[in-house]
Amino acid sequence: MTVFMVRRLMQSVVVLLVMSVIVFLGVFAIGNPVDILISPDADQLERERAIRALGLDRPLWEQYFVFLANAAKGDLGRSFVFNEPALRLIFERMPATLELAGTAVVLSLVVGIPLGLYAGLKPQAATSKGIMAGSIVGFSLPTFWQGLMFIMVFAVMLGWLPSTGRGQIGTFLGIRSSLFTLDGLAHVILPAVNLALGNAALIIRLTRAGVRETLLQDYIKFARAKGLSHRRVVGVHVLRNILIPLVTVVGLEIAGLIAFAVVTESIFAWPGMGKLIIDSINQLDRPVMVAYLMMIVLLFIVINLIVDVLYSVIDPRVRLQDVKG
Amino acid sequence: MTLAKRTIGVAVAAAIGFAAAEGRAQDLAIGLGASVTSLDPHFHALAPNNNIAQHVFNSLIEQDENQKLIQGLAVSWSARGDDKWIIKLRPGVQFSDGSDFTAEDVIASIKRVAWVPNSPSPFTIYTKAIKEAVIVDPLTIELRTDGPYPLMPNDLSNFFIVSKKFVQAPTEDFNRMTAAVGTGAYKFADYARGDRIVLERNEGYWDQKPEWKKVTFRLITNPAARVAALLAGDVQMIEAVPTADIEKLKQNANLTLAQAASNRLIYLHMDHQRDATPFIADKQGKALAKNPLKDLRVRQALSKAINRDGIVERVMEGVGVPAGQLLAESFFGTSKNLKPEKYDPDGAKKLLAEAGYPNGFAITLHGPNDRYINDARVIQTVAQMWSRVGVDAKVEALPWATYAAKATNQEYSIFLVGWGSGTGETSSTLRSLLATFNRDTGMGQANRGRYSNPELDKVLGEALKTVNSAKRAELLAQASEIGIRDVGVIPLHYEVSTWGLKKGLKYVARADQGTLAMEVTTAK
Amino acid sequence: MSAPSATAPGKIETPFRRLVSEFVEDRLAVLGAVVLAVILLVALFAPLISPQNPYDLSKLDILDSRLPPGSKSMDGITFWLGTDGQGRDMLSGIFYGLRTSLAVGVFSGILAMVVGMALGLTAAYAGGRTETLIMRLVDLQLSFPTILIALILLAVLGQGVGKIILALVIVQWAYYARTIRGTALVERRREYVEAAICLGLSKPRIIFGHILPNCMPPMIVIGTVQVAGAIALEATLSFLGIGLPITEPSLGLLIANGFEYLLSGKYWISFFPGIALLITIISINLVGDQLRDVLNPRLKR
Repeated sequence: MTVFMVRRLMQSVVVLLVMSVIVFLGVFAIGNPVDILISPDADQLERERAIRALGLDRPLWEQYFVFLANAAKGDLGRSFVFNEPALRLIFERMPATLELAGTAVVLSLVVGIPLGLYAGLKPQAATSKGIMAGSIVGFSLPTFWQGLMFIMVFAVMLGWLPSTGRGQIGTFLGIRSSLFTLDGLAHVILPAVNLALGNAALIIRLTRAGVRETLLQDYIKFARAKGLSHRRVVGVHVLRNILIPLVTVVGLEIAGLIAFAVVTESIFAWPGMGKLIIDSINQLDRPVMVAYLMMIVLLFIVINLIVDVLYSVIDPRVRLQDVKG
Repeated sequence: MTLAKRTIGVAVAAAIGFAAAEGRAQDLAIGLGASVTSLDPHFHALAPNNNIAQHVFNSLIEQDENQKLIQGLAVSWSARGDDKWIIKLRPGVQFSDGSDFTAEDVIASIKRVAWVPNSPSPFTIYTKAIKEAVIVDPLTIELRTDGPYPLMPNDLSNFFIVSKKFVQAPTEDFNRMTAAVGTGAYKFADYARGDRIVLERNEGYWDQKPEWKKVTFRLITNPAARVAALLAGDVQMIEAVPTADIEKLKQNANLTLAQAASNRLIYLHMDHQRDATPFIADKQGKALAKNPLKDLRVRQALSKAINRDGIVERVMEGVGVPAGQLLAESFFGTSKNLKPEKYDPDGAKKLLAEAGYPNGFAITLHGPNDRYINDARVIQTVAQMWSRVGVDAKVEALPWATYAAKATNQEYSIFLVGWGSGTGETSSTLRSLLATFNRDTGMGQANRGRYSNPELDKVLGEALKTVNSAKRAELLAQASEIGIRDVGVIPLHYEVSTWGLKKGLKYVARADQGTLAMEVTTAK
Repeated sequence: MSAPSATAPGKIETPFRRLVSEFVEDRLAVLGAVVLAVILLVALFAPLISPQNPYDLSKLDILDSRLPPGSKSMDGITFWLGTDGQGRDMLSGIFYGLRTSLAVGVFSGILAMVVGMALGLTAAYAGGRTETLIMRLVDLQLSFPTILIALILLAVLGQGVGKIILALVIVQWAYYARTIRGTALVERRREYVEAAICLGLSKPRIIFGHILPNCMPPMIVIGTVQVAGAIALEATLSFLGIGLPITEPSLGLLIANGFEYLLSGKYWISFFPGIALLITIISINLVGDQLRDVLNPRLKR
């Protein structure tokens, strides 16, 4: 187990390095940040001065090694646009995103698993067909379209919920979050539902597929024959068996929700990390992009690690040395 | 959603509805369309940042809604001889921390502009003409220049005065609001980066105090979401109303609109420099013998083939003004003789035939898709119009992030850009877009088509040395005529900016596209 | 449908015929298949049945823009579904857009699935260094934002359908790889694989002949979802301005263009392409769901 973890961590460092190289090359390919950032009134000399001030006049490899040297000291650079350390900007935005993603994941699990179970256990029922058809709608609408519709219906027409933004922040057990105030909750509902819909649909479908298949397995038949209650068969044996694909996908989706809720955060003016990264990409704010993506790689690595460990917990047939990769 | 949740939702909605009904009449919430990245007024010369800074800081000279220069922290300014400007400062002004405003603060601000570290776009473009700043007495300063510099007042209206205490304060101190002390109508009360900026009225303000005690600027960058926030009553005012929604908002009894023609020209740059330009070929894709854009007749034909009224009417939904020169006629230095080119497809075909292209040619038109009002749709429409006179036009619309660098590196043949004149006169546009590119003098710095005309350069050069306003206006008009008649660029239209407000509010719409809470009043 | 269709030995039945006969057991799926066939035909013959070539700029008149459904153009064409902001006939736009969207969704879906499955299975079975390399590549890929990939490709390669497909494949293969590896790890330990190993079958044969079919059910679920996802993702990229060329709109781009008119009451500009997209995706999924059940070896015991 320890060996497994240590090896994973060492691999992660390599992945982080590769990521930073790609981002450096990527930004270089897209364009020169100074062309985006500089005032149109600035002349050539001013432009060259700004390029020097940001260190962009040096060869790319040199810029990269300067970055590495600083990164080794824990400094991932300073935003071109905000003139603040990139890491500070990211951590500042993190709570808002975690609130939104957390709410969305809980919503999609709470809605998705029961509906999926139902549709899987009673595949021929009209309700099940309705659930399945509905779930298709859930992921076929583009999020930007769906988000604006939510705003139109619930904020503009009905006036039940606020249209955009993050609500008041409350403190509970020393944690500051907008989830602790009524105003904050009202603000998070629409964007969270908007994020959750697509995932709920996917979870419904995976659960149903898993259940349908598991019910036919010998050990379920055996459990039934043994006289175990229906509730126990479903609750323990069936659920456990469908968890593997579910855990994988949910793991990926959580990470995806945290990292790239870009469209939802833009439409709902939610001041989270997704908004930060799209703004940074649009302004070629390389230090923020690099720092952000390195954090996200770390996040995915950790989540995938957890998922792999969960595999062996859920299904003893998978042993950790199998997933040491 | 479970029943319990729904109940909470309704309860919350009710609570919020109540709070809104209670609505403190002295508060104002405004939805902004672009991100504000810093509270440091000297860090990044960027319109959204300047817009916020204008609430808290003053400049020596300010611009009114039509960009005419008016008194700010300076009460008078005049040129002495060929290389001096004398500036008299306003007496009795205090910073919001209670300290007095004097000439030392001006000197400190000029110093800080050049000092502020890591700036990707420093304000030195507005201070570089000042070779030396001398304090004559606490309320008088003398600015020395190399030779005559008529644009000094315009430059002084473009950077802000901070307190001398903070001459070495880093940007972070401003963002934390500890150093953000100004003489303006408002003070910073709260700053949540990427989310909102809250301002509080400065009760010690030297000029007429604004109506709103507390102003919240919310950053809602998605246009549709911004409109929805206004419709839902979450904000009382928004900027940059999308043209598609204007008609509908006009019909809404709870809302009202404010509009003003802006200082921004939308135009097409053409490659005047290369003999073989990358994105023009004959219709079979074979290279042409020469660059057709070097032929005046071709440039005229391309301009005549564009139905500017059609673009304004159909693409901009009436919210725009067809352009015939570099700035709308009401601005300083424009010509009365230049009118928008008439739509004349037959004339265009004739000119193309005369130039040796009776069957036209194939062209790719480039433009941004996230920068100007309806930019991608404008280039698509221009391409449609060119297709009708026999010029096969393809369109490539790109995000500014990748477009800007490519346009600056001259990778395109014909492409759309916009130019807002920060000084409110044509000198800015002429020297940036049409003057011959010269790295060392800084002329033609945004002349991405590398247009070059010695006659224009001469007249413009003279204008830039003429302190007498009337004479300078005349020279600038003359330079505009030379450049436009030679089709150095193809002007399309001037943008019109639109603000949406709750019924009962009034806004003095500004040509510089700024959104100022001080100018919002309850309609009487 | 899980009826004991275990065929009696001796009865003549090709696998294909059995597949068809099982497929038609669900009427909804048949409906889906019919609708999908119609959609494919429309997409295929779009140039023949469209009133206008919406990709030909010289055919579009800006003065025809934003006309409501049923209006007539300057040249006398009737716009049954209205026109968009450029004067493009919505009906023709939808026909052509279907073509583009389906091409993007299907090609990117299939390519990503093939690449992802090959790499995922290899990782699961080979283990060791190979697995490490592949799975860390997956980590890297998953954490790389689609927008950035699309923007880099746009900057380096320019705009076009092929580039968008490439971007979508780059984005999506990792999902398949990650999922199939998880499933394959479980399958690997099952008795039938051990039996196959005992029989001395070759590694590739075990992977592709035995493990792969048993991994298919979740793959088909993800596959059908991802084809829809690819189409929607393309719409989102277009919405962000880094998708397809604006003069050759897909359904997604039509919807994205119509987005700015959503609040203005000109509903037809994004509503009709939205409906077309919805119908397409629902029919793909109805067919996909049934196919999965029919193809699943385990549901047929």
